[in-house]
Amino acid sequence: MTAHLPVLQVIVPLLAAPLCLFLRIPRLVSIFAILVSFAAFLISCGLLSQVLNHGTLIYEMGGWAAPWGIEYRIDLLNGYLLLLITGVSTVVLVAAQSSISRELPENRHTFFYTAYLLCLTGLLGILATGDAFNLFVFLEISALSSYTLIALGNDRRALTASYQYLIMGTIGATFIIIGVGLMYMMTGTLNMHDLAQRLPEIYKSKTVLSAFGFFIVGVCLKLALFPLHLWLPNAYAFAPSIATAFLAATSTKVAVYVLIRYIFSIFGIEFVTTSIPLSEIFLGLGLAGIFAASINAIYQLNIKRLFAYSSVAQIGYMILGLAIGTQLGLTATLLHMFNHALMKGALFLAIGAVVYRISSSQLNHLAGLGKKMPWTMAAIVTGGLSLIGVPLTVGFVSKWYLVVALLDKGWWPVAVLVLLSSLLAVVYVWRLVEWIYFTPPRIILDEVEEAPLSQLIPIWLLVLANLYFGVDTRLTVGVSKLAAQSLFGVTP
Amino acid sequence: MLSPELMLLLTILVPACAVPAILATGFSANLREGVTITASLLLIVLVSSLYGTVDDGTIVRLAGPELFPGLSLNFSIEPLGMLFSLVAGYLWLVTTVYAIGYMRGHDEDNQTRFYACFAIAISSVMGIAFADNLFTLFIFYEVLTLSTYPLVTHAGTQKAKLGGRVYLGVLLTTSVLFLLLAIIGTWYTAGTLDFAAGGIFPADTPTVVTGSLLVLFIFGIGKAAIMPFHRWLPAAMVAPTPVSALLHAVAVVKAGVFTVMKVCVYIFGLDLLNRLPTTDVMLYLAAATVLIASIVAMRQDNLKARLAYSTVSQLGYITIGALLATSAGVVGGSMHIAMHAFGKITLFFCAGAIMVAAHKTEISQMRGLGWQMPITMTAFFIGSLSIIGLPPTGGTWGKWFLMTGALDAGQWPIMAVLMLSSLLNIAYLLPIPLRAFFSGPSPQGPLRIKEAPLPSLLALSVTAIGCLVLFFLTNPLYRLATAIL
Repeated sequence: MTAHLPVLQVIVPLLAAPLCLFLRIPRLVSIFAILVSFAAFLISCGLLSQVLNHGTLIYEMGGWAAPWGIEYRIDLLNGYLLLLITGVSTVVLVAAQSSISRELPENRHTFFYTAYLLCLTGLLGILATGDAFNLFVFLEISALSSYTLIALGNDRRALTASYQYLIMGTIGATFIIIGVGLMYMMTGTLNMHDLAQRLPEIYKSKTVLSAFGFFIVGVCLKLALFPLHLWLPNAYAFAPSIATAFLAATSTKVAVYVLIRYIFSIFGIEFVTTSIPLSEIFLGLGLAGIFAASINAIYQLNIKRLFAYSSVAQIGYMILGLAIGTQLGLTATLLHMFNHALMKGALFLAIGAVVYRISSSQLNHLAGLGKKMPWTMAAIVTGGLSLIGVPLTVGFVSKWYLVVALLDKGWWPVAVLVLLSSLLAVVYVWRLVEWIYFTPPRIILDEVEEAPLSQLIPIWLLVLANLYFGVDTRLTVGVSKLAAQSLFGVTP
Repeated sequence: MLSPELMLLLTILVPACAVPAILATGFSANLREGVTITASLLLIVLVSSLYGTVDDGTIVRLAGPELFPGLSLNFSIEPLGMLFSLVAGYLWLVTTVYAIGYMRGHDEDNQTRFYACFAIAISSVMGIAFADNLFTLFIFYEVLTLSTYPLVTHAGTQKAKLGGRVYLGVLLTTSVLFLLLAIIGTWYTAGTLDFAAGGIFPADTPTVVTGSLLVLFIFGIGKAAIMPFHRWLPAAMVAPTPVSALLHAVAVVKAGVFTVMKVCVYIFGLDLLNRLPTTDVMLYLAAATVLIASIVAMRQDNLKARLAYSTVSQLGYITIGALLATSAGVVGGSMHIAMHAFGKITLFFCAGAIMVAAHKTEISQMRGLGWQMPITMTAFFIGSLSIIGLPPTGGTWGKWFLMTGALDAGQWPIMAVLMLSSLLNIAYLLPIPLRAFFSGPSPQGPLRIKEAPLPSLLALSVTAIGCLVLFFLTNPLYRLATAIL
């Protein structure tokens, strides 16, 4: 049984998704989805502990050896992210039932859970697989199901947002598949491990270079790197709150994973840094993204959009860590992927609770909620503090490592800019605080009360995780460091 | 008898544990204030018995969780921190007593939140006082900033909101942009953040690096209110007076200058400071702050604003004491932490008492007020003497040692600034009690005494007497201050 964990990780949610359609009754489907996601979480715990004890796991699909069959390869990097994705997904699902009962018509609940589980399957598949083409397939599974999730939003603009994402996402996917195709043409293999061994012989080839170019642009579209982020704010703003919480916490992180995997495990950091000035490009775009998106966030009138822009800014930090191109920098990126998932999960779930109670996510409608929904608002403020990077929250851990990595590289002006940008986060978070606590209500709030426990518990689980991992960093820092080491060690 | 380690932990935990208790007893005002008073009494017992351990030279250390490899939440007791915790611990009790009178007399809303945030602030002050490394200190420094924000904006009005913006804006900007950068830079250069006698920088560290780190530290510690980062302190005066008294005359601002002291003595070391070219630049900046703030204070008609600028100026004294990099300067600076605390809290208590009893906030309205509030105005007079540094008040000693320190360092301009500023102190403080007694309409008929509520009156009398007592009983403080080096 334990030998099959790598495939079970993907296959369990994949089989469960269509089963939802048979169960039909929303309450039953909801419980079923939670159980499936929790099972996936347990599997990922098992996987990570196996990886920590025995090193990289290799699973041959159907018993076919690697060049012919598809291979699943679980190392520290994806083991760590599998744990994160399944964990967040489970917590988010607990809040789902009550939230979507308010936001979606009853006959769509089953579809929602089906799409959600498919999306989870796709994300887990991307992480687990060791095959470049298989990765593309899962990328499409997760993308198509997230278009569905977004389009389910009850605002009509959700359809345009989803369509926009569909177009951009498809362009990205096409670029990726062109890259994969070119590489297959040159090497005759799709297995990542084989690719990594055969590519060095043909590093000089223009085809490999263009494959890499297509690939980087495609993935950067998927991970919403500035200026390819335009699909993201609308998608996050109009999707059902639960879908936003799930996608914001997981999907961009998985896209960053794909980038890291390709750079480090396939092309190799040496090729990447010598063939094109990727470090400079990432530095420039990362910084531009951080500032442009943070400033944009300050002017948003809708809190979902506000935090969507903040997500774009946070992706900038992750890319900045990659730009540094050292082990410390990569550690900072990996840490921030984990930490940012916790922050955004907590924040968007709390916003979901607000939408549940007041059916609006307009900033000025938050006025006066500090008294009506004290726990939810406290969660938003704590999540915001974590976003700013206040000590004792996970945000501080990320910031600390990023600045140390920048100083280590000797880029102290960039370190100053990073710290400066966290002040922009202070501005947009404090705008929220002032609306919540200092402004008299703009809409009638007499009937409004605290969010139901089924939402408060998951929200506070994530908020407490923000605080816990801000103090006890053994798991996050430890695994990120080891993963960064092995990524630098594996590649020649 | 508890072990010193446990007592050290309890100084932080007692106020922290008071928070849920305060929130739980919010339904009954008496019970809630009872919790606060119990906690503050316990804290006084704890810091007093800890004082015994420092006095006989035992080293007390407490290792906490490790946040990052090599960086843990560690606590230890050293003389400077002991002095700071004694001052903050004792004055918390007095302020609580005062606050009971003030908050009820003023009929303030959200009193439960007020007492809860106050307790968090005191807990973080204890964390700052006993931090064993810069990292721990920084964490509690930020907690202090955030926990005092709801206190500053307590009134919830537009003015409070704007004041809160300036408060948080300046304090977070300086601490995130400069202080955090300086700390990470120090960590990267020295490989440690533990406070150690004589400093932690390796001898071969380039002067450019240490020199610029010093600048970053001095600007980054925004709570020390060195110009141009002093605006938050006048902005914080929108807070209820007990907050201004304990936090913005004692706890928060002293946390700032305390951090400056710690950094100068235990991160740089006096020898290194003496060699750095930027020390003098920062020293003159602090001197300029002393003078400019005094001049601005003279022009304020609002009593609390005048006291706020006076605080900015007096904080400059302590920063000067640290940057003089002589032992007398350090002694003077640390004594002034305690002496100024007693003097300034008295003045703020009086300002609040006048506000509650006579509903006056502007100095020009206070002529003749002495006959209506004789005790308050007498206390104000004593507090003023202590701030100016005239005997028989405790403030004399702090300034005495500061001047000695300036002489030792051969800094004649600083000496001149200190003397000039004392004259300015006289000019902006003494007229207030003098006019209250000797000008304005003289009392007609029988005196109608209308003082503040009894708890407030009691508190301000205690601190005023404290100013006098400290002139004669300086030995415990002096021993602590000399033990720093």
